[in-house]
Amino acid sequence: MSVWRRSAGWSAALAAALLAVVIASAAIGPVRIPPLEVVKAVLNALVVPAGIETTSQGVGPLTLPGVTLAYRSPFAFPVDGVHQQIVVGVRLPRILMGALVGFALAAAGTVMQGFFRNPMADPSIIGVSSGAAVGAVAFIVFPAALSATLTLPVVGAVDLGLSYGAGVSFFAFVGALVAAFGVYAIATRHGRTPVATLLLAGVAVQTFLGAVISYLQLQAGESLRRIVAWLMGHLSGAAWSDVAVTAVVVPPLFAVLLVYARDLNVMLLGEEEARGLGIAVERTKRILLGASALITAAGVAFAGVIGFVGLIVPHMLRLVVGPDHRVLLPSAALAGGSFLVAADTLARAGSTELPVGIVTAAVGAPFFVYLLVTREVHEL
Amino acid sequence: MTAESPAAGDGPDSVPAADGSESLPADDDTERSPIEVSDLAVSFGDVPVVTGIDLRVERGSLVGLVGPNGAGKTTVLRAIKGTLSPDAGEVRLGGAPAESLSAREAGRRVASVPQETNLAFDFRVRQIVEMGRTPHLGRFDGHGPDDERAVREAMDAAGVARFADRAITEVSGGERQRVLLARALAQETPSLLLDEPTASLDVNHAVRTLELVRDLVDDGRAALAAIHDLDVAARYCDEIVVLADGGVRAAGRPEEVLTARTLRDAFDAEAFVGGNPATGTPTVTAFGAFGASDGSDGDGEGESAASPDSRRVHVVGSGRPAARAVARLAAAGHAVSVGVVPEGDTAAGVAADADARAVTAPPFAAVPAERRAEAVSLARKADVTVVVGEAGTAVEADAEPGDGTEANAAILAASDRVAYVGDDGEGGNQFGDDELLDAVRGNDASDE
Repeated sequence: MSVWRRSAGWSAALAAALLAVVIASAAIGPVRIPPLEVVKAVLNALVVPAGIETTSQGVGPLTLPGVTLAYRSPFAFPVDGVHQQIVVGVRLPRILMGALVGFALAAAGTVMQGFFRNPMADPSIIGVSSGAAVGAVAFIVFPAALSATLTLPVVGAVDLGLSYGAGVSFFAFVGALVAAFGVYAIATRHGRTPVATLLLAGVAVQTFLGAVISYLQLQAGESLRRIVAWLMGHLSGAAWSDVAVTAVVVPPLFAVLLVYARDLNVMLLGEEEARGLGIAVERTKRILLGASALITAAGVAFAGVIGFVGLIVPHMLRLVVGPDHRVLLPSAALAGGSFLVAADTLARAGSTELPVGIVTAAVGAPFFVYLLVTREVHEL
Repeated sequence: MTAESPAAGDGPDSVPAADGSESLPADDDTERSPIEVSDLAVSFGDVPVVTGIDLRVERGSLVGLVGPNGAGKTTVLRAIKGTLSPDAGEVRLGGAPAESLSAREAGRRVASVPQETNLAFDFRVRQIVEMGRTPHLGRFDGHGPDDERAVREAMDAAGVARFADRAITEVSGGERQRVLLARALAQETPSLLLDEPTASLDVNHAVRTLELVRDLVDDGRAALAAIHDLDVAARYCDEIVVLADGGVRAAGRPEEVLTARTLRDAFDAEAFVGGNPATGTPTVTAFGAFGASDGSDGDGEGESAASPDSRRVHVVGSGRPAARAVARLAAAGHAVSVGVVPEGDTAAGVAADADARAVTAPPFAAVPAERRAEAVSLARKADVTVVVGEAGTAVEADAEPGDGTEANAAILAASDRVAYVGDDGEGGNQFGDDELLDAVRGNDASDE
């Protein structure tokens, strides 16, 4: 009630901030576009369903075979055609991808820090990022071999017909989930998953997968450059189709996490007490872990390993809104979106584009050190 | 939404608190004991911790769980809470088998105050107490008026309202303990489990906490508390269950259970159980087991009188020194008698508590002949007569017929063996436990 109202207040404010960051980011680039024109261009691109047609082809991002939704554009502001194309066709997908990835990583980081009751926990702690990296790197090194597996009957009779980029994302996603499940399976005995064991299993699996990645890099030959770029984290090359997939996956998972926010608060008291307060502990842990792993996998599958978003954004927001996850989780997620969009804007603002992972780490680490030194963050 | 609500699966009794705060599930059989444990066995791996535990806590009853460290008190509490699954036996909460209850249902039947807690993050005290309402809330419920009232009442009762808005990480250990109690109260369950509720509290807060628990129990709740302090247990509990070696050693009203013999068996310590003049409840004074080489037995038959070192001892002397000797010797398992002492003498009172025979005579008067004869007869049967403090010096002084000193002389004359303790010739009356016990065993220079 009052907590949820407070949560909604913070969320509204941070959503507005995210919107502002998105518009500002879309205005910045080699071609400077006034923010007002950005808004107009975005509005121009908005479409609303206007009915179902079976004949004509849709113009929106989603086209269904056979039956097609007819869309209609409610706005038609006069905008320079090149600017329209730059904003909607080039910058916006990348920016929205950044917002979604930052949102996902910060949400997962918040949950992991609470779940492990450990300030150093971040979304990659259960091996998700390492697993994603192995999947992605393996596909980059052996694209032909791995593409072929997709047509095997075992995987499915359908040839997914993945593009190269989608192939990388697909294998990263699969790798992330396999690694997370492996960590979970290693740490689970007799239906119980002690958090400390999970943490250690995560470290072990990450170390092992690090070795695999290193080996694959040795085998990489000329694709090494791509591997390095992927591992550093990047948002370049995001297409509307990537955004669409991520936008479908992330919000429901976030909703699951939000629904369990109160349980997560109680879990902070320790599992035994949480159980005494009516929390079905093991089930809640499975749900939180599963949703966090999936949302992280969705984030890293496309963008690669982007560090620090999931680590420092939750800490920063905890200082501002307090530890109650009902408020913290949406706040941190929205702030994570803003943070990554801003970082990516910096990354592409210079004459040479940097992988965004470099920017988040370069900005995030000193800030984290500042928090440590000022004792703002000393414990959970 | 993708998340399933447990409320949906819990059946009709999970509708949150629509019928008021004391929302026992409607189908709950209130006749049944809030907590029933039968033949409970729990082991960690291959190591059995407790076996064959039977206990029952009724409404309006505070049961104290006492026992030495490692006896399994916390294990029993955890099994009742459901955080440990028993290897055998059953825990029933309000008549329903605990295993059949969801965590949420269990959380509405029993609340627990843990010994320690890891309160991470800077939650406010109020937020911690509000977490006590968790088992009453559906997944999407906010706090309703009932919840807010319960939280307010719990904070008032536990005395935490004053610092409700401070961070939990900033309050003292004692305050934190009371926050946990408030959280348990906010749960509004028919049963409370407390694990060392006063361990980190000062005397004032310890007493206030237990009086609060006592009040809650008198209002009809059931409470089971693991308590280290036997005096506290005796003072506040309706019933005491003594756990030792993984089993129930004794159970019953405090005065029945807290006996020197039970305590010797359970704690392997020599204890004197007296009456506390301020509270009228038993008070326990424990001594380290003297000559523990033979004290630690595994069999339940370790009756104190049967221990090889047990003697019949008659104590001569009066006042506090004699009282101390009687208490200590009785605690060590000796069959003690004392006399002749004046009626109302401290030694006579202690003898009554220690089940020791006391021969008394009216003060400031001649010792009646039959009393004197009784004392002489006790001394004759005793293995050793212990003369405490000044009594020894007095006996050697000139005795007049009929006074106490003369009676003592006759007693000493009838004794097989006489040992003097605490007589330094200057009326000091000081003696150590070892001196006393060695004197009785007869391996000390003070033998005749």
